[in-house]
Amino acid sequence: MSETVDARTPLLELRGINTHYGAVHILKDVDLAIYPGELVCLLGGNASGKSTTLKTLLGMVTPTTGDVVLDGEVVNDKPTSYRVERGVTMVPENRRLFKRLSVKENLELGAYLRNDRDGIEEDLERIYGMFPRVKERLNQKSGTLSGGEQQMVAMGRALMANPRVLLMDEPSMGLAPALVQTNFELIRQIHEEGVAIFMVEQNANMALSIADRGWVLQTGRVVLDDTAPNLLANPELRASYLGEGDR
Amino acid sequence: MTTAIRSRAVPRTGVDWFLTVMRTGLSFFFISGVVLFLLQQIDPQNPIAGVLNPDATGLTADQLEGLVISGLSQGAMYGLIALGYSMVYGVLGFINFAHGEVFMVGAMTGMITSNKLEEAGIWEDAFPVALVFIILVAIVCSTATAVIMERVAYRPLRGSPRLIPLITSIGVSFLIQNISIVLLGPGAKSYPSLPDWLSQKRTILFLEIEGTKMMVVLVAAISMAGLWYLVERTKTGKAMRAVAEDKEIASLMGIDVNRTIVTTFAVGGAMAGVAGILWGILFRSVIHTTGFLPGIKAFSAAVVGGIGNLGGAMAGGLTLGSAESLAPLMVLEPWGVNGVSQLRDAVAFLVLIFVLLVKPTGLFGERLSAEDRA
Repeated sequence: MSETVDARTPLLELRGINTHYGAVHILKDVDLAIYPGELVCLLGGNASGKSTTLKTLLGMVTPTTGDVVLDGEVVNDKPTSYRVERGVTMVPENRRLFKRLSVKENLELGAYLRNDRDGIEEDLERIYGMFPRVKERLNQKSGTLSGGEQQMVAMGRALMANPRVLLMDEPSMGLAPALVQTNFELIRQIHEEGVAIFMVEQNANMALSIADRGWVLQTGRVVLDDTAPNLLANPELRASYLGEGDR
Repeated sequence: MTTAIRSRAVPRTGVDWFLTVMRTGLSFFFISGVVLFLLQQIDPQNPIAGVLNPDATGLTADQLEGLVISGLSQGAMYGLIALGYSMVYGVLGFINFAHGEVFMVGAMTGMITSNKLEEAGIWEDAFPVALVFIILVAIVCSTATAVIMERVAYRPLRGSPRLIPLITSIGVSFLIQNISIVLLGPGAKSYPSLPDWLSQKRTILFLEIEGTKMMVVLVAAISMAGLWYLVERTKTGKAMRAVAEDKEIASLMGIDVNRTIVTTFAVGGAMAGVAGILWGILFRSVIHTTGFLPGIKAFSAAVVGGIGNLGGAMAGGLTLGSAESLAPLMVLEPWGVNGVSQLRDAVAFLVLIFVLLVKPTGLFGERLSAEDRA
């Protein structure tokens, strides 16, 4: 399906999104577009609306006004499963594996909506190739793995859905610095296979070092929208994020 | 785990003292009862054995065997009901107290169907076919009851504090009992008598077992195996376990959480339906309150086994069934308690208290952190 879509049509898009939790206005006129195969990031501090943006993209939060557009189709009232089936998958913050299920079962659940047995087998093999350590622990309960291994399983689980765009919620959160490096390396590797990546991060330096473009979200509003090198050079951003130190 | 228990046994506060006294007291009570019982079994004339109850004579091998078998067959039935409590708790985190009524519906529909089959002459002539048929009817009716219950009473309350569905379930329980009175009247109704060839005792290896009880254990074992296969080996089962652990992430995988919850109720209902038929076969009498006591005991069994754990539910059922069958004569009698056989229910709940005092998470339960059960 991905081949037939024009490269200039956004794969996934938010148009004029406003979101409220009760009386609280969370997202304010948010516009953003993710094109096939690109690596983009959304930066922002705590409570800036990053998670809500992700949930809106996936249909776990319904916007008050505005449209979520997937392959040119407005999907506001479509459930999460509809979007997952069409190639939108998320790697949640803190990995959130099913700890009491085995590693293999976690990976298989990633492919829950797929029915192509052969394709699933093939993708499993591909993931074993990417993460040999995961293959050694297939029958172990995933809760017993180390943080780094869990991250691999979480990525593998998301890749099992055969995504066209991978949403990553704070991939560097809760990992040791050495692992953060490996992790971003993995993200780049996945990106090179043609999967678009939308990364939500507090670690602006790290994210911008591999991203093509980025947005900065502040109290629910997109305040900056530029290429990664420009953002890295932006004095405002340097002051508010890069100077703050990495988490 | 051992270290955790040991460190907790060091008394610090008044509550700790109280729990320690309870633990020690109950352990002493159970262990000394069993020791005295064993001494009686070896030599009834032994003066130590008769110290508390000079009249106690112990049991013959036949009596003991009979008690073990009936304990296991009832325990298997409790275990089947307990599965429903445990599965619903695993997925929604609340105790569905109306589950005993789902079991009663199974027993009632089995009673109606089996009487109809007897009128038609099929019950005696083709008992195995009739049995499979009433089990299927009971499964259908119990499943329907459980599913409707979820849709009407619990789904609208999803997301409300856990106490609310809990209280609702007690209301649902009364409602179903009263519907049963309206439809079938308040009196006890009985199953047709079982064919003679079934009730006969048979020898298996060196044991003499009543055919009925053998069948009960067999049917329970088959149902359990089916459930185990469903939960551990199928995609639906994987989805159920995923939803039990993390609904949000499960829905991210594309799992339909609502449908999975309905499936859980349905499967628990089916197990309760089978248990209802087993009740009918063991006791042959049903009334609208039939679900209450077995329901509470099955709930205890689920807790004893470690709630949320399916193997634990079955083990808890067998433990509770055996305890209520054996403990009156093995523990109470040597202590010189009067009318022990009427105290079986009390003993069953004493076992519950004892297990919770010694291992609060149940036999196979895991300690759940706050983040697991938010």
